[in-house]
Amino acid sequence: MARELLSIADLQAWYGESHILHGVDFSVQEGEVVTLLGRNGAGRTTTLRAIMGLVGARTGSIRIAGAETVHLAPHRIARIGIGYCPEERGIFSTLSVEENLLLPPRLDAGRAMSVGEIYAMFPNLSERTASSGTSLSGGEQQMLAIGRALMSAPRLVLLDEPSLGLSPLLVQTIFGVLRTLHERGATMLLVEQNARAALKIAGRGYVLENGSIAREDTAANLLDDPAVVAAYLGA
Amino acid sequence: MHEFLAQLVNGISLGGIYALIAIGYTMVYGIAELINFAHGDVYTLGTFVALAIFGALGISGELHGIALVVDSGLALIGAAVCCGLIGMAMERLAYRRLRNAPRLAPLITAIGVSFILQNLMQLWKGSAPIPFPAVLPNPRFDLGPVSITAQQIAVVALAVAAMFALQIVVTRTRTGAAMRAVAQDRQAASLMGVDVDRTIAITFLIAGLLAGVGGFVSGVYYQSTWFLNGFSAGLKAFTAAVLGGIGNIAGAMLGGFLIGIIESFATWLIGGQWSNVTVFAILILVLVLKPSGLLGERVPEKV
Repeated sequence: MARELLSIADLQAWYGESHILHGVDFSVQEGEVVTLLGRNGAGRTTTLRAIMGLVGARTGSIRIAGAETVHLAPHRIARIGIGYCPEERGIFSTLSVEENLLLPPRLDAGRAMSVGEIYAMFPNLSERTASSGTSLSGGEQQMLAIGRALMSAPRLVLLDEPSLGLSPLLVQTIFGVLRTLHERGATMLLVEQNARAALKIAGRGYVLENGSIAREDTAANLLDDPAVVAAYLGA
Repeated sequence: MHEFLAQLVNGISLGGIYALIAIGYTMVYGIAELINFAHGDVYTLGTFVALAIFGALGISGELHGIALVVDSGLALIGAAVCCGLIGMAMERLAYRRLRNAPRLAPLITAIGVSFILQNLMQLWKGSAPIPFPAVLPNPRFDLGPVSITAQQIAVVALAVAAMFALQIVVTRTRTGAAMRAVAQDRQAASLMGVDVDRTIAITFLIAGLLAGVGGFVSGVYYQSTWFLNGFSAGLKAFTAAVLGGIGNIAGAMLGGFLIGIIESFATWLIGGQWSNVTVFAILILVLVLKPSGLLGERVPEKV
Protein backbone atom coordinates (compact mmCIF):
# COMPACT_ATOMS: atom_id res chain seq x y z
CA MET A 1 0.00 0.00 0.00
CA ALA A 2 1.63 3.22 -1.12
CA ARG A 3 1.45 5.99 1.40
CA GLU A 4 1.40 9.66 0.52
CA LEU A 5 4.78 11.02 1.59
CA LEU A 6 4.67 14.53 0.21
CA SER A 7 1.47 16.36 -0.41
CA ILE A 8 1.44 19.94 -1.60
CA ALA A 9 -1.71 22.01 -1.86
CA ASP A 10 -2.14 25.55 -3.18
CA LEU A 11 1.54 26.39 -2.62
CA GLN A 12 2.25 30.02 -3.40
CA ALA A 13 5.70 31.56 -3.15
CA TRP A 14 7.22 34.96 -3.66
CA TYR A 15 10.74 36.27 -4.08
CA GLY A 16 10.42 39.85 -2.91
CA GLU A 17 7.75 41.39 -5.11
CA SER A 18 7.67 38.67 -7.73
CA HIS A 19 5.05 36.03 -7.35
CA ILE A 20 6.70 32.81 -8.55
CA LEU A 21 4.37 29.96 -7.55
CA HIS A 22 0.64 30.56 -8.07
CA GLY A 23 -0.90 27.60 -6.30
CA VAL A 24 1.01 24.39 -6.94
CA ASP A 25 -0.70 21.08 -6.12
CA PHE A 26 0.94 17.69 -6.35
CA SER A 27 1.91 14.69 -4.32
CA VAL A 28 4.56 11.99 -4.12
CA GLN A 29 3.83 8.46 -2.86
CA GLU A 30 6.29 6.46 -0.83
CA GLY A 31 8.79 4.63 -3.04
CA GLU A 32 7.92 6.71 -6.07
CA VAL A 33 10.18 8.76 -8.34
CA VAL A 34 8.42 11.88 -9.58
CA THR A 35 9.87 14.46 -11.92
CA LEU A 36 8.89 18.07 -12.42
CA LEU A 37 9.06 19.23 -16.03
CA GLY A 38 8.92 22.79 -17.22
CA ARG A 39 10.77 25.57 -18.93
CA ASN A 40 13.38 27.66 -17.17
CA GLY A 41 11.57 30.02 -14.87
CA ALA A 42 8.46 27.85 -14.62
CA GLY A 43 9.10 27.44 -10.89
CA ARG A 44 10.67 23.99 -10.59
CA THR A 45 13.67 25.01 -8.49
CA THR A 46 11.47 27.39 -6.51
CA THR A 47 9.14 24.50 -5.71
CA LEU A 48 12.03 22.46 -4.29
CA ARG A 49 13.34 25.48 -2.38
CA ALA A 50 9.89 26.16 -0.99
CA ILE A 51 9.62 22.55 0.22
CA MET A 52 12.96 23.06 2.02
CA GLY A 53 11.69 26.25 3.62
CA LEU A 54 14.09 28.47 1.71
CA VAL A 55 11.59 30.79 0.08
CA GLY A 56 10.81 33.46 2.64
CA ALA A 57 7.24 34.16 1.62
CA ARG A 58 5.16 31.04 1.06
CA THR A 59 1.59 30.08 1.73
CA GLY A 60 -0.49 26.97 1.23
CA SER A 61 0.20 23.54 2.56
CA ILE A 62 3.25 21.26 2.41
CA ARG A 63 2.65 18.01 4.26
CA ILE A 64 5.48 15.56 4.77
CA ALA A 65 4.22 12.17 5.97
CA GLY A 66 1.11 13.95 7.16
CA ALA A 67 2.84 16.73 9.12
CA GLU A 68 2.45 20.34 8.02
CA THR A 69 5.86 21.91 7.31
CA VAL A 70 5.09 25.09 5.39
CA HIS A 71 6.00 27.24 8.41
CA LEU A 72 9.17 25.37 9.48
CA ALA A 73 12.79 26.54 9.23
CA PRO A 74 15.06 24.69 6.77
CA HIS A 75 17.03 22.70 9.34
CA ARG A 76 13.80 21.42 10.89
CA ILE A 77 12.52 20.33 7.51
CA ALA A 78 15.83 18.60 6.80
CA ARG A 79 15.56 16.81 10.14
CA ILE A 80 12.06 15.55 9.36
CA GLY A 81 13.83 13.49 6.75
CA ILE A 82 14.30 15.44 3.56
CA GLY A 83 17.62 15.01 1.78
CA TYR A 84 18.25 17.96 -0.49
CA CYS A 85 20.74 18.02 -3.29
CA PRO A 86 20.73 21.64 -4.48
CA GLU A 87 21.53 22.78 -8.00
CA GLU A 88 24.67 24.55 -6.78
CA ARG A 89 25.52 21.34 -4.85
CA GLY A 90 26.35 23.10 -1.59
CA ILE A 91 29.67 21.34 -1.01
CA PHE A 92 31.69 22.92 1.80
CA SER A 93 35.25 23.68 0.72
CA THR A 94 36.36 24.09 4.33
CA LEU A 95 35.28 20.51 5.07
CA SER A 96 36.83 17.30 3.83
CA VAL A 97 34.80 14.84 1.77
CA GLU A 98 34.17 12.73 4.84
CA GLU A 99 33.18 15.72 6.98
CA ASN A 100 30.77 16.81 4.26
CA LEU A 101 29.17 13.36 4.38
CA LEU A 102 28.95 13.38 8.18
CA LEU A 103 27.45 16.86 8.39
CA PRO A 104 23.75 15.91 8.29
CA PRO A 105 22.55 14.74 11.70
CA ARG A 106 21.67 11.05 12.06
CA LEU A 107 17.90 10.82 12.02
CA ASP A 108 17.32 7.16 12.38
CA ALA A 109 20.36 5.17 13.42
CA GLY A 110 18.83 1.94 12.15
CA ARG A 111 18.21 3.10 8.61
CA ALA A 112 20.94 5.72 8.19
CA MET A 113 23.59 4.84 5.67
CA SER A 114 27.21 4.51 6.70
CA VAL A 115 30.03 6.37 5.05
CA GLY A 116 31.19 2.98 3.78
CA GLU A 117 27.93 2.37 1.91
CA ILE A 118 28.19 5.78 0.26
CA TYR A 119 31.77 4.99 -0.80
CA ALA A 120 30.63 1.65 -2.17
CA MET A 121 28.06 3.49 -4.26
CA PHE A 122 30.57 6.13 -5.40
CA PRO A 123 34.02 4.50 -5.47
CA ASN A 124 35.60 7.75 -6.71
CA LEU A 125 34.84 9.39 -3.39
CA SER A 126 36.55 6.72 -1.33
CA GLU A 127 39.88 7.76 -2.82
CA ARG A 128 39.30 11.38 -1.84
CA THR A 129 38.01 11.10 1.74
CA ALA A 130 40.47 13.62 3.22
CA SER A 131 40.45 16.05 0.29
CA SER A 132 38.72 19.36 0.70
CA GLY A 133 35.26 19.57 -0.84
CA THR A 134 36.15 21.88 -3.69
CA SER A 135 39.28 20.06 -4.85
CA LEU A 136 36.84 17.57 -6.36
CA SER A 137 35.80 17.53 -10.00
CA GLY A 138 32.26 18.57 -10.88
CA GLY A 139 31.16 14.95 -11.12
CA GLU A 140 32.72 14.03 -7.79
CA GLN A 141 31.08 17.05 -6.17
CA GLN A 142 27.72 15.91 -7.52
CA MET A 143 28.31 12.38 -6.19
CA LEU A 144 29.25 13.88 -2.85
CA ALA A 145 26.12 16.03 -2.82
CA ILE A 146 23.90 13.02 -3.60
CA GLY A 147 25.77 10.83 -1.13
CA ARG A 148 25.40 13.45 1.57
CA ALA A 149 21.68 13.79 0.87
CA LEU A 150 21.36 10.03 1.48
CA MET A 151 23.42 9.86 4.67
CA SER A 152 20.60 10.65 7.04
CA ALA A 153 18.33 7.98 5.54
CA PRO A 154 15.87 10.59 4.35
CA ARG A 155 12.27 9.67 3.62
CA LEU A 156 12.36 11.85 0.54
CA VAL A 157 15.27 13.01 -1.60
CA LEU A 158 14.95 16.26 -3.57
CA LEU A 159 17.35 16.44 -6.50
CA ASP A 160 17.81 19.69 -8.38
CA GLU A 161 19.58 19.24 -11.72
CA PRO A 162 21.82 16.35 -10.67
CA SER A 163 23.32 16.01 -14.16
CA LEU A 164 23.96 19.71 -14.77
CA GLY A 165 27.37 20.38 -16.28
CA LEU A 166 28.49 16.76 -16.25
CA SER A 167 29.99 14.74 -19.09
CA PRO A 168 27.67 12.18 -20.75
CA LEU A 169 29.55 9.38 -19.03
CA LEU A 170 29.05 10.93 -15.61
CA VAL A 171 25.40 11.62 -16.39
CA GLN A 172 25.04 7.88 -16.97
CA THR A 173 26.77 7.13 -13.69
CA ILE A 174 24.54 9.52 -11.77
CA PHE A 175 21.37 8.15 -13.32
CA GLY A 176 22.60 4.63 -12.69
CA VAL A 177 22.88 5.48 -9.01
CA LEU A 178 19.43 7.07 -8.98
CA ARG A 179 18.00 3.92 -10.58
CA THR A 180 19.68 1.75 -7.95
CA LEU A 181 18.29 3.96 -5.21
CA HIS A 182 14.83 3.69 -6.73
CA GLU A 183 15.10 -0.09 -6.81
CA ARG A 184 16.00 -0.02 -3.13
CA GLY A 185 12.78 1.85 -2.45
CA ALA A 186 13.98 5.45 -2.16
CA THR A 187 11.42 8.18 -2.76
CA MET A 188 12.68 10.95 -4.99
CA LEU A 189 11.49 14.22 -6.46
CA LEU A 190 13.63 15.08 -9.44
CA VAL A 191 14.10 18.32 -11.35
CA GLU A 192 16.26 17.70 -14.38
CA GLN A 193 16.94 19.54 -17.63
CA ASN A 194 17.66 16.15 -19.17
CA ALA A 195 13.93 15.42 -19.02
CA ARG A 196 14.13 12.31 -21.17
CA ALA A 197 16.52 10.62 -18.74
CA ALA A 198 14.42 11.80 -15.82
CA LEU A 199 11.22 10.37 -17.30
CA LYS A 200 12.95 7.03 -17.88
CA ILE A 201 13.44 6.46 -14.18
CA ALA A 202 10.38 8.35 -12.96
CA GLY A 203 6.98 6.75 -12.55
CA ARG A 204 5.08 9.98 -12.96
CA GLY A 205 5.73 13.54 -14.02
CA TYR A 206 4.16 16.92 -13.52
CA VAL A 207 4.47 19.79 -15.96
CA LEU A 208 4.91 23.19 -14.33
CA GLU A 209 3.91 26.25 -16.31
CA ASN A 210 4.08 29.78 -14.97
CA GLY A 211 4.08 28.68 -11.39
CA SER A 212 1.32 26.11 -11.38
CA ILE A 213 0.83 22.49 -12.43
CA ALA A 214 -0.39 22.35 -16.04
CA ARG A 215 -0.45 18.61 -16.40
CA GLU A 216 0.05 15.37 -14.55
CA ASP A 217 0.61 12.00 -16.17
CA THR A 218 2.58 8.79 -16.05
CA ALA A 219 6.13 9.03 -17.30
CA ALA A 220 5.33 6.64 -20.16
CA ASN A 221 2.46 8.82 -21.41
CA LEU A 222 4.54 11.96 -21.17
CA LEU A 223 7.36 10.36 -23.15
CA ASP A 224 4.86 9.36 -25.85
CA ASP A 225 3.19 12.74 -26.13
CA PRO A 226 4.51 14.69 -29.15
CA ALA A 227 3.58 18.01 -27.53
CA VAL A 228 5.58 17.19 -24.40
CA VAL A 229 8.47 15.91 -26.48
CA ALA A 230 8.53 19.09 -28.54
CA ALA A 231 8.26 21.40 -25.55
CA TYR A 232 10.51 19.77 -22.96
CA LEU A 233 12.53 16.94 -24.43
CA GLY A 234 14.32 18.91 -27.12
CA ALA A 235 12.75 16.66 -29.81
CA MET B 1 70.98 40.66 23.85
CA HIS B 2 69.74 39.94 27.37
CA GLU B 3 67.22 42.72 27.11
CA PHE B 4 66.14 41.54 23.67
CA LEU B 5 65.38 38.05 24.95
CA ALA B 6 63.71 39.37 28.07
CA GLN B 7 61.41 41.56 25.96
CA LEU B 8 60.71 38.64 23.66
CA VAL B 9 59.61 36.52 26.63
CA ASN B 10 57.48 39.41 27.89
CA GLY B 11 55.93 39.84 24.50
CA ILE B 12 55.09 36.16 24.17
CA SER B 13 53.36 36.14 27.57
CA LEU B 14 51.40 39.26 26.72
CA GLY B 15 50.68 37.79 23.31
CA GLY B 16 49.22 34.64 24.85
CA ILE B 17 46.53 36.77 26.49
CA TYR B 18 45.85 38.74 23.30
CA ALA B 19 45.65 35.49 21.35
CA LEU B 20 43.02 34.07 23.71
CA ILE B 21 40.86 37.17 23.22
CA ALA B 22 41.57 37.46 19.51
CA ILE B 23 40.30 33.93 18.88
CA GLY B 24 36.90 34.99 20.18
CA TYR B 25 36.74 37.99 17.87
CA THR B 26 37.77 35.94 14.90
CA MET B 27 35.45 32.97 15.55
CA VAL B 28 32.43 35.16 16.09
CA TYR B 29 33.25 37.20 13.01
CA GLY B 30 33.84 34.07 10.96
CA ILE B 31 30.54 32.49 11.87
CA ALA B 32 28.18 35.38 12.61
CA GLU B 33 29.87 38.15 10.59
CA LEU B 34 29.78 40.36 13.64
CA ILE B 35 32.61 42.28 15.29
CA ASN B 36 31.61 41.69 18.89
CA PHE B 37 32.98 44.82 20.53
CA ALA B 38 31.74 43.58 23.91
CA HIS B 39 34.24 40.72 23.77
CA GLY B 40 37.01 42.67 25.54
CA ASP B 41 34.62 43.32 28.42
CA VAL B 42 33.79 39.63 28.65
CA TYR B 43 37.53 39.14 29.16
CA THR B 44 37.57 41.70 31.99
CA LEU B 45 34.58 39.97 33.50
CA GLY B 46 36.68 36.80 33.57
CA THR B 47 39.24 38.54 35.77
CA PHE B 48 36.44 39.87 38.02
CA VAL B 49 34.85 36.44 38.41
CA ALA B 50 38.20 34.82 39.21
CA LEU B 51 38.78 37.58 41.75
CA ALA B 52 35.36 36.98 43.30
CA ILE B 53 36.00 33.24 43.53
CA PHE B 54 39.36 33.77 45.22
CA GLY B 55 37.58 36.23 47.54
CA ALA B 56 34.86 33.69 48.36
CA LEU B 57 37.53 31.07 49.07
CA GLY B 58 39.27 33.56 51.38
CA ILE B 59 42.44 33.58 49.36
CA SER B 60 44.59 36.69 49.38
CA GLY B 61 48.12 35.43 48.94
CA GLU B 62 50.34 32.76 47.48
CA LEU B 63 48.98 29.24 47.11
CA HIS B 64 51.02 26.06 47.22
CA GLY B 65 50.61 22.38 46.44
CA ILE B 66 47.10 20.97 46.23
CA ALA B 67 45.51 24.32 47.16
CA LEU B 68 47.26 25.95 44.21
CA VAL B 69 45.82 23.42 41.79
CA VAL B 70 42.33 23.15 43.28
CA ASP B 71 41.68 26.79 44.13
CA SER B 72 43.15 28.28 40.98
CA GLY B 73 41.43 25.51 39.03
CA LEU B 74 38.10 26.58 40.53
CA ALA B 75 38.77 30.23 39.74
CA LEU B 76 39.87 29.39 36.20
CA ILE B 77 36.90 27.15 35.46
CA GLY B 78 34.49 29.53 37.16
CA ALA B 79 35.76 32.47 35.13
CA ALA B 80 35.67 30.50 31.88
CA VAL B 81 32.16 29.11 32.45
CA CYS B 82 30.73 32.48 33.52
CA CYS B 83 32.20 34.21 30.47
CA GLY B 84 30.99 31.43 28.20
CA LEU B 85 27.45 31.77 29.53
CA ILE B 86 27.55 35.57 29.29
CA GLY B 87 28.69 35.20 25.69
CA MET B 88 25.76 32.89 24.93
CA ALA B 89 23.35 35.18 26.75
CA MET B 90 24.37 38.25 24.78
CA GLU B 91 24.02 36.36 21.52
CA ARG B 92 20.58 35.11 22.51
CA LEU B 93 19.28 38.40 23.88
CA ALA B 94 20.97 41.00 21.71
CA TYR B 95 22.46 39.66 18.49
CA ARG B 96 20.22 36.79 17.38
CA ARG B 97 17.23 38.94 16.57
CA LEU B 98 19.49 41.23 14.50
CA ARG B 99 20.92 38.43 12.42
CA ASN B 100 19.27 39.58 9.22
CA ALA B 101 19.35 43.28 10.03
CA PRO B 102 21.69 45.72 8.21
CA ARG B 103 25.29 45.23 9.33
CA LEU B 104 25.46 48.48 11.26
CA ALA B 105 22.68 47.46 13.68
CA PRO B 106 24.45 44.52 15.36
CA LEU B 107 27.69 46.51 15.40
CA ILE B 108 26.12 49.37 17.31
CA THR B 109 24.38 46.84 19.53
CA ALA B 110 27.76 45.28 20.32
CA ILE B 111 29.07 48.66 21.41
CA GLY B 112 25.95 49.05 23.56
CA VAL B 113 26.47 45.61 25.13
CA SER B 114 30.06 46.63 25.82
CA PHE B 115 28.86 49.74 27.70
CA ILE B 116 26.37 47.65 29.68
CA LEU B 117 29.06 45.18 30.77
CA GLN B 118 31.49 47.98 31.64
CA ASN B 119 28.90 49.77 33.74
CA LEU B 120 27.82 46.59 35.52
CA MET B 121 31.43 45.89 36.42
CA GLN B 122 31.90 49.47 37.57
CA LEU B 123 28.84 49.12 39.80
CA TRP B 124 30.20 45.85 41.12
CA LYS B 125 33.79 46.82 41.92
CA GLY B 126 33.97 50.60 41.53
CA SER B 127 36.15 52.55 39.13
CA ALA B 128 39.50 52.29 40.89
CA PRO B 129 42.09 49.67 39.96
CA ILE B 130 41.52 46.45 41.93
CA PRO B 131 44.39 44.32 43.23
CA PHE B 132 44.32 40.64 42.25
CA PRO B 133 45.87 38.22 44.76
CA ALA B 134 49.34 37.01 43.84
CA VAL B 135 48.25 33.38 44.02
CA LEU B 136 51.06 31.94 41.97
CA PRO B 137 54.46 31.50 43.61
CA ASN B 138 56.80 33.29 41.28
CA PRO B 139 60.28 31.86 41.18
CA ARG B 140 62.49 32.82 38.26
CA PHE B 141 64.07 30.19 36.12
CA ASP B 142 67.39 31.14 34.61
CA LEU B 143 67.73 29.75 31.14
CA GLY B 144 71.13 30.89 30.00
CA PRO B 145 70.91 34.52 29.01
CA VAL B 146 67.27 34.99 29.94
CA SER B 147 65.21 34.33 33.04
CA ILE B 148 61.56 33.33 32.86
CA THR B 149 59.05 33.68 35.66
CA ALA B 150 56.63 30.97 36.67
CA GLN B 151 53.80 33.35 35.83
CA GLN B 152 55.05 33.74 32.30
CA ILE B 153 55.25 29.99 31.92
CA ALA B 154 51.72 29.62 33.33
CA VAL B 155 50.33 32.27 30.97
CA VAL B 156 51.83 30.73 27.89
CA ALA B 157 51.06 27.15 28.95
CA LEU B 158 47.39 27.93 29.65
CA ALA B 159 47.01 29.92 26.45
CA VAL B 160 48.60 27.20 24.35
CA ALA B 161 46.57 24.46 26.07
CA ALA B 162 43.31 26.36 25.48
CA MET B 163 44.20 26.91 21.83
CA PHE B 164 45.12 23.26 21.42
CA ALA B 165 41.77 22.20 22.89
CA LEU B 166 40.00 24.63 20.59
CA GLN B 167 41.84 23.30 17.56
CA ILE B 168 40.69 19.77 18.40
CA VAL B 169 37.08 20.89 18.80
CA VAL B 170 37.11 22.78 15.52
CA THR B 171 38.94 20.24 13.38
CA ARG B 172 37.99 16.90 14.93
CA THR B 173 34.40 17.08 16.11
CA ARG B 174 31.03 17.18 14.39
CA THR B 175 30.28 20.44 16.16
CA GLY B 176 33.49 21.87 14.74
CA ALA B 177 32.55 20.70 11.26
CA ALA B 178 29.12 22.29 11.71
CA MET B 179 30.82 25.52 12.78
CA ARG B 180 33.02 25.55 9.69
CA ALA B 181 30.01 24.77 7.50
CA VAL B 182 27.94 27.59 9.02
CA ALA B 183 30.90 29.97 8.67
CA GLN B 184 31.15 29.15 4.99
CA ASP B 185 27.47 29.14 4.05
CA ARG B 186 24.80 29.45 6.71
CA GLN B 187 21.90 28.60 4.42
CA ALA B 188 23.55 25.58 2.83
CA ALA B 189 24.40 24.29 6.30
CA SER B 190 20.80 24.63 7.47
CA LEU B 191 19.68 22.66 4.41
CA MET B 192 21.81 19.77 5.62
CA GLY B 193 19.95 19.84 8.93
CA VAL B 194 22.56 21.86 10.82
CA ASP B 195 20.93 23.97 13.53
CA VAL B 196 22.47 27.36 12.73
CA ASP B 197 21.20 29.08 15.89
CA ARG B 198 22.66 26.38 18.08
CA THR B 199 25.97 26.42 16.20
CA ILE B 200 26.29 30.19 16.57
CA ALA B 201 25.41 29.93 20.28
CA ILE B 202 28.17 27.33 20.73
CA THR B 203 30.60 29.66 18.98
CA PHE B 204 29.77 32.44 21.45
CA LEU B 205 30.14 29.92 24.28
CA ILE B 206 33.62 28.90 23.12
CA ALA B 207 34.67 32.52 22.52
CA GLY B 208 33.51 33.37 26.05
CA LEU B 209 35.28 30.35 27.58
CA LEU B 210 38.57 31.44 26.00
CA ALA B 211 38.06 35.07 27.06
CA GLY B 212 37.41 33.80 30.59
CA VAL B 213 40.67 31.84 30.54
CA GLY B 214 42.36 35.03 29.28
CA GLY B 215 40.76 37.05 32.08
CA PHE B 216 41.99 34.62 34.72
CA VAL B 217 45.47 34.52 33.23
CA SER B 218 45.65 38.30 33.02
CA GLY B 219 44.68 38.64 36.70
CA VAL B 220 47.35 36.18 37.73
CA TYR B 221 49.92 37.87 35.50
CA TYR B 222 49.27 41.55 36.22
CA GLN B 223 47.81 41.16 39.74
CA SER B 224 45.54 44.07 39.01
CA THR B 225 42.48 44.88 36.95
CA TRP B 226 39.78 47.51 36.59
CA PHE B 227 36.43 47.75 34.89
CA LEU B 228 37.81 49.27 31.67
CA ASN B 229 40.67 46.79 31.38
CA GLY B 230 39.03 45.05 28.42
CA PHE B 231 38.70 48.20 26.38
CA SER B 232 42.32 48.53 25.33
CA ALA B 233 43.07 44.80 25.60
CA GLY B 234 40.03 44.14 23.41
CA LEU B 235 41.11 46.66 20.79
CA LYS B 236 44.59 45.18 20.70
CA ALA B 237 43.20 41.66 20.44
CA PHE B 238 40.92 42.87 17.64
CA THR B 239 44.03 44.28 15.94
CA ALA B 240 45.65 40.88 16.40
CA ALA B 241 42.65 39.17 14.79
CA VAL B 242 42.77 41.55 11.83
CA LEU B 243 46.52 41.17 11.51
CA GLY B 244 46.19 37.39 11.39
CA GLY B 245 43.23 37.55 9.01
CA ILE B 246 39.83 37.92 10.60
CA GLY B 247 37.82 34.72 10.51
CA ASN B 248 40.99 32.62 10.67
CA ILE B 249 41.66 30.95 14.04
CA ALA B 250 45.33 30.17 13.44
CA GLY B 251 45.69 33.75 12.23
CA ALA B 252 44.26 35.07 15.50
CA MET B 253 46.77 33.02 17.49
CA LEU B 254 49.66 34.21 15.34
CA GLY B 255 48.40 37.80 15.39
CA GLY B 256 47.99 37.69 19.18
CA PHE B 257 51.58 36.63 19.76
CA LEU B 258 52.88 39.10 17.17
CA ILE B 259 50.99 42.03 18.70
CA GLY B 260 52.24 41.05 22.17
CA ILE B 261 55.84 40.95 20.93
CA ILE B 262 55.47 44.19 18.97
CA GLU B 263 53.97 45.97 21.95
CA SER B 264 56.70 44.70 24.21
CA PHE B 265 59.45 45.85 21.84
CA ALA B 266 57.76 49.20 21.20
CA THR B 267 57.69 49.81 24.94
CA TRP B 268 61.37 48.94 25.21
CA LEU B 269 62.67 50.72 22.12
CA ILE B 270 60.37 53.73 21.69
CA GLY B 271 58.84 54.12 25.13
CA GLY B 272 55.71 52.94 26.92
CA GLN B 273 53.62 55.91 25.82
CA TRP B 274 54.10 54.83 22.20
CA SER B 275 53.13 51.18 22.51
CA ASN B 276 49.41 51.76 21.82
CA VAL B 277 50.23 54.08 18.92
CA THR B 278 52.44 51.41 17.41
CA VAL B 279 49.80 48.70 17.73
CA PHE B 280 47.02 50.81 16.21
CA ALA B 281 49.33 52.05 13.46
CA ILE B 282 49.71 48.38 12.57
CA LEU B 283 45.92 47.99 12.52
CA ILE B 284 45.66 50.88 10.06
CA LEU B 285 48.52 49.60 7.92
CA VAL B 286 47.01 46.11 7.73
CA LEU B 287 43.58 47.49 6.82
CA VAL B 288 45.11 49.66 4.10
CA LEU B 289 47.75 47.33 2.69
CA LYS B 290 46.52 43.79 3.35
CA PRO B 291 42.97 43.79 4.65
CA SER B 292 42.79 40.01 4.42
CA GLY B 293 45.59 39.75 7.03
CA LEU B 294 48.54 37.41 7.17
CA LEU B 295 46.64 34.12 6.92
CA GLY B 296 43.13 35.18 5.95
CA GLU B 297 41.32 35.00 2.67
CA ARG B 298 38.25 36.94 3.65
CA VAL B 299 38.25 40.69 3.33
CA PRO B 300 36.55 42.27 6.33
CA GLU B 301 33.82 44.78 5.73
CA LYS B 302 34.65 48.30 6.73
CA VAL B 303 33.22 48.92 10.16
